[in-house]
Amino acid sequence: MATMRRETVQAWLLVLPALLLLVAFTHWPAVATVLDSLFSTPRGSRPAHFVGLDNYAALMDDPVFWTALHNNAVYAAATIPASVILALAMALAVNTAIPGRPLLRMAYFTPTMLPMIAVANIWLFFFTPDYGLFDSIAAWFGLGRHNWLGDTATALPAMIAVAVWKEAGFFMIFYLAALQAMPPDLAEAANLEGSSRWNFFRRVTLPLLMPTTLFVLVNASINAFRLVDHVVVMTRGGPDNATTLLLYYIYETGFRFWDSSMAATLTVVLLALLGLLAWLQFGVLGKRVHYR
Amino acid sequence: MIRRRTLLAATAASAATLAAPAIARAQAMKLSFYYPIAVGGPIPAIIDGYCKAFHAETGIEVTPVYAGNYGETLTKAVTAIKGGSGPQLAVLLAAEMHSLQDLDILASLDEIGGLEGDGKAWLGGFYPAFLANSVVDGKTWSVPFQRSTAIMYYNKTAFTEAGLDPEKFPLTWAELGAAAEKLTKRDASGRVTRWGVKMASDVGNAQWTFGAIANQAGHVLMNQAGTETYFNDPKAIEGMAYWRGLASVHHATPEGITGWPALSPDFLEGNAAIIQHTTGNLTNLRSNAKFPFGVAGLPGKTGPRTVVGGGNIYFFKQASPAERAAALKFARFLTEPARAADWSIQTGYIAVRPDAYQTPALRDYVIHYPPADVARGFLPVAVGELSTFQNQRVYQALTNNIQACLSGKLTPQQAMVNTQAEADRILKPYKRG
Repeated sequence: MATMRRETVQAWLLVLPALLLLVAFTHWPAVATVLDSLFSTPRGSRPAHFVGLDNYAALMDDPVFWTALHNNAVYAAATIPASVILALAMALAVNTAIPGRPLLRMAYFTPTMLPMIAVANIWLFFFTPDYGLFDSIAAWFGLGRHNWLGDTATALPAMIAVAVWKEAGFFMIFYLAALQAMPPDLAEAANLEGSSRWNFFRRVTLPLLMPTTLFVLVNASINAFRLVDHVVVMTRGGPDNATTLLLYYIYETGFRFWDSSMAATLTVVLLALLGLLAWLQFGVLGKRVHYR
Repeated sequence: MIRRRTLLAATAASAATLAAPAIARAQAMKLSFYYPIAVGGPIPAIIDGYCKAFHAETGIEVTPVYAGNYGETLTKAVTAIKGGSGPQLAVLLAAEMHSLQDLDILASLDEIGGLEGDGKAWLGGFYPAFLANSVVDGKTWSVPFQRSTAIMYYNKTAFTEAGLDPEKFPLTWAELGAAAEKLTKRDASGRVTRWGVKMASDVGNAQWTFGAIANQAGHVLMNQAGTETYFNDPKAIEGMAYWRGLASVHHATPEGITGWPALSPDFLEGNAAIIQHTTGNLTNLRSNAKFPFGVAGLPGKTGPRTVVGGGNIYFFKQASPAERAAALKFARFLTEPARAADWSIQTGYIAVRPDAYQTPALRDYVIHYPPADVARGFLPVAVGELSTFQNQRVYQALTNNIQACLSGKLTPQQAMVNTQAEADRILKPYKRG
């Protein structure tokens, strides 16, 4: 009996350091955020008071929140498949024996090494109307000027292009690693059987890449909600909220408008959304992934 | 014996090191000073120089922290203060007075002793237009420093080329529209190679441009208490229609949004014949323009009108009484007539006090370079900047609707009615009585 109790104490002591860190930096902030979202924002003369779900009701009435949610949905729906497919294509390309392969691999990977702020500044020049890179190229073909970042129709696609350019190289590395780990005898066997290259890709390569794809998908989804640095640098959510993403709106609400309760409320919504996504990916997609 | 002596020496030494910081603290006061950079040019070097001179004169060490543009500096200062540290003083937008007060982080000049002794006379020596965003509830909350008005810079070569008189800048909206149309140049394919006029409509600047336009229509956008706004007034709508018309009617400015950071390069590259910018950009443009350019007041509906802008020095209440006194001393040091004159000459910002223009240095400078004195002439027709409680939120609402209007998604009428509705919602908790 005494031994068992001592073992229990020992076990808890062993878990304690990790537990403390987890609670302090992960669980407590999450709980505090939920609590904060139930109170009003303290301002000067008026301290915070309990308001129940009022903040959530106010959020439902906030048109900018819905715009941000819509923008984020479009952003995710475009960046996730585009960056994953591009990454797979690039990995397949640099996995074959072609001259200058190391150089090509490096070129594909370069955007990943650059900080997002630097990337945004480079693209800011690309998108400059009249004398920027894209408009200079367009001018050769006699095309007119584009206010890429200043037009509500093109601003969000411009943000998506930057994100895909930045992310694809990173995901390529994972695909490349998976492709390199694939035993060559599979390809040889398929050759003997007279299988076409497309058939081999669809029946053998792709299924074997599924664990990697799941991992990449999870990362791409998180990034779709997490990567907003370029929005800060390039558009600040404008024009007319065309590029306001959820996380950027949280930042604005929290650190520009100093409405900490509303920012907490938004954070809870984002948290719930990410939780739902993770559950979908691991619960539904995860079951269909075949690990060796 | 040796051991004991070493021990004694060591004890004495450690006692000395322990005591040293306390003594140093008492002697050398250190202040942190957040500073926003809104235009190109060597402004950090100038401010560094002032801090050094102040240190030499008083032994007080002021460390400037260049924290980005106005919006970013505000965010960083407030975040740092809420986190328990942060600057003792900062230059922030003059228009943030109501919001900062609402955050309860400011110490007014009345509290820190700024009005004692000759303080009242010192404060009375500033241009009234620059104090417009400083006083509320009978208390003074900030000291004008990095102040400007919106003015127009125009390319004289382009004026001559378009058959306009380079010495006569348009005075009314109609004249500006017509001139801008002539200044817009297209190549054979119809692509614009030079725009007639460009004004900033991006986040952080659209509200400033619009503040000037509202004044040009003879309209004030808010009450002095910062609790009410008047966007749905016919005059405000008229102003919005004029701005939109520069693109939709005159085709003399780009459709959609024009960013502030691109204005100076556009002007210097010859891509824009006229830009609306701050006086603080004068020295920068003067040293980089490869063509003769002019400086003029903004045209109004019937005659020139403009808006003041820029930053004031704020004092924060988490500073100790001694630090507050030192911060006040520094503010007075920066706004001495001779230094205000030097600042104006080096940057183009308007010296905040009339007596600075009595100093030989500035008097001679404006005689030799008259454009430097243009903006001062428009101070009598300038209004204070849009300033309300929840300032950034009202700015955002206004900016979104301006951008929607400039992109052709909303009519000027709709844009202003929407802005008013949103501003009413934001300011509801602040309505008194």
